[in-house]
Amino acid sequence: MKQAVWITIVALLILHQDFWWWDDGYLVFGFMPIGLFYQACISLAAAITWYLATIYSWPAELEGTEGGPQQ
Amino acid sequence: MTQLVIIAIYLCIVLSLGLFASRMFRGTSSDYMLASHSIGPFLLLMSLFGTTMTAFALVGSTGEAFARGIGVYGMLASSSGIIHSLCFFVLGVKLWQFGRKYHYRTQIQFFRDRLESNSIGLVLFPVLVALVIPYLLIGVMASGTVINKVTAGRIDKGQVVDETVTFARGTFPDFLELGESQSGEQTFAAGSAGGVPKQLASLAICGVVLTYVFFGGMRGTAWANALQTCIFMVLGILTFYVLANKLGGQDGFLANLQALGESIPENKATRVDISKLKFTTYLFVPLSVGMFPHLFQHWLTAKSANSFKVPVVLHPVFIMIVWVPCVLLGAWAAGSLVDVPGPVAANPNAVLPFMVNQLRIPALAGLLTAGILAAIMSSLDSQFLCLGTMFTEDMLVHYGGRQRFTDKQVIWSARLFIVAIVSLTYFFSLFEPRQVFTLGVWSFSGFSSLFPLVLAAVYWRGLTKAGAYACVLTAIGTWFYLFRASGYAADETYGVQLPFAPSGYEVMPVTFMILASTVALVVVSLVTRKPSEETLKKFFA
Repeated sequence: MKQAVWITIVALLILHQDFWWWDDGYLVFGFMPIGLFYQACISLAAAITWYLATIYSWPAELEGTEGGPQQ
Repeated sequence: MTQLVIIAIYLCIVLSLGLFASRMFRGTSSDYMLASHSIGPFLLLMSLFGTTMTAFALVGSTGEAFARGIGVYGMLASSSGIIHSLCFFVLGVKLWQFGRKYHYRTQIQFFRDRLESNSIGLVLFPVLVALVIPYLLIGVMASGTVINKVTAGRIDKGQVVDETVTFARGTFPDFLELGESQSGEQTFAAGSAGGVPKQLASLAICGVVLTYVFFGGMRGTAWANALQTCIFMVLGILTFYVLANKLGGQDGFLANLQALGESIPENKATRVDISKLKFTTYLFVPLSVGMFPHLFQHWLTAKSANSFKVPVVLHPVFIMIVWVPCVLLGAWAAGSLVDVPGPVAANPNAVLPFMVNQLRIPALAGLLTAGILAAIMSSLDSQFLCLGTMFTEDMLVHYGGRQRFTDKQVIWSARLFIVAIVSLTYFFSLFEPRQVFTLGVWSFSGFSSLFPLVLAAVYWRGLTKAGAYACVLTAIGTWFYLFRASGYAADETYGVQLPFAPSGYEVMPVTFMILASTVALVVVSLVTRKPSEETLKKFFA
């Protein structure tokens, strides 16, 4: 699962390069240019991916560590 | 005048919050600089987001969308949603762990230990300060422009309409009121136009931020950031809603959105004017957060490692909430339903405040300006505090000897350096303004070119002291060379031609900076002496 999360992040970076919408001015819902709509979806996908990363890829040794300099 | 009163009330609230937080000040330098590592997930999210979103995000994104279209969102916002969280996750948590274990307060302290180099601070300190200054300038310049445009009178046929001004002609000396028009003449309309002169507005913002940072330190900064982040997000959405209804000229919000959407010119609703190679290489720009010294300091304030989880997840969503409306506003301003006059179109920084002023609802315009100022000040405060901390910890205390200074003297030296930096930034802001977006990209590119250093310091045992020096010197050398080639940011679309490629294949300058600094770091590290086993054990156990 840990690897799947990192693969998803790399996939997101690739999907971010949406050359296929480059000269398409279609308006999603009649007002939002598709190039902008798609990139907003990338932002949401990033949040979901990072949520999964905090569940499956969080360093186990750090769970429960409290702040303040260790003496 | 109503706008000005609302702005003044808002500034007083921020000031009071910062001063209230200072009453919780524990009197130690650790509390002043790191809020005694007591910041939980919510405050950490707000302060990290508020710090990374500055004039660049609101004023800059709207102006850039006006000039180049909706592609600006993909270039910096969605990429930042992925890359910023990546940096918080892979660098922030690790560096927080080291900071907690070895009592670090600044980046340089970490690098000094990790590289076994007492002198690395002498190279890094001036480089980091030099790169933060353009970033500071963005905020100071934009705050002056925003307050001026929102309080200025209406301009009709090149003349200021007297009844609409906040301050009549002659209220301030000529050097504050007059500006150069497109024909080269000194006129009132091209100057303050009856609003608060930019120089005075910037000075007021510097004064407010300086006061709450001076007294409140990191705790005051974190609290003020949280308040300001809430304010600029809520007011940003409100601005969008009100402007859409005002500009669309239809009945109903959706109908207005659709009318405005259809008015966006073809080249602004697509990315035909943006180079694909430049778009791809913009991905390197957000790597800058890995080396922002003020973010490093915010990371160290976290109460626990778990405090990072909320910022890592919600940062991309927050970026989307702020950037999508701003980019749409900018694209609408380029369309047929918004009449942007020549002088405003020539200065994209002024597009958002101009649109806000067009509402002709003074109370709302005042509130919306407060939102923009909130975004600007929530970055300025962290940057000022960080520079004060770095000077005190990395220069004064380190080279002067910790035992020579009491804790109180350490706090006061940080405060005095903050005053000096604020003064210097304000002084620079009085010169010819550059486009906020362009200046921001250059500042971020410089920090990005140092990203290989922090990544290698955390994850590569093979990094050596000489490799680190080579990386820093190459990064700043290539940055300066390319910055100069761009006419010191005068050429706003500057790109570097790819060697051996057909003409027009240009990439963002940051690509070459990162490439050069990475090669220097790796090659020199491979041929020079490795750090001691003791150091490697300390950081890679």
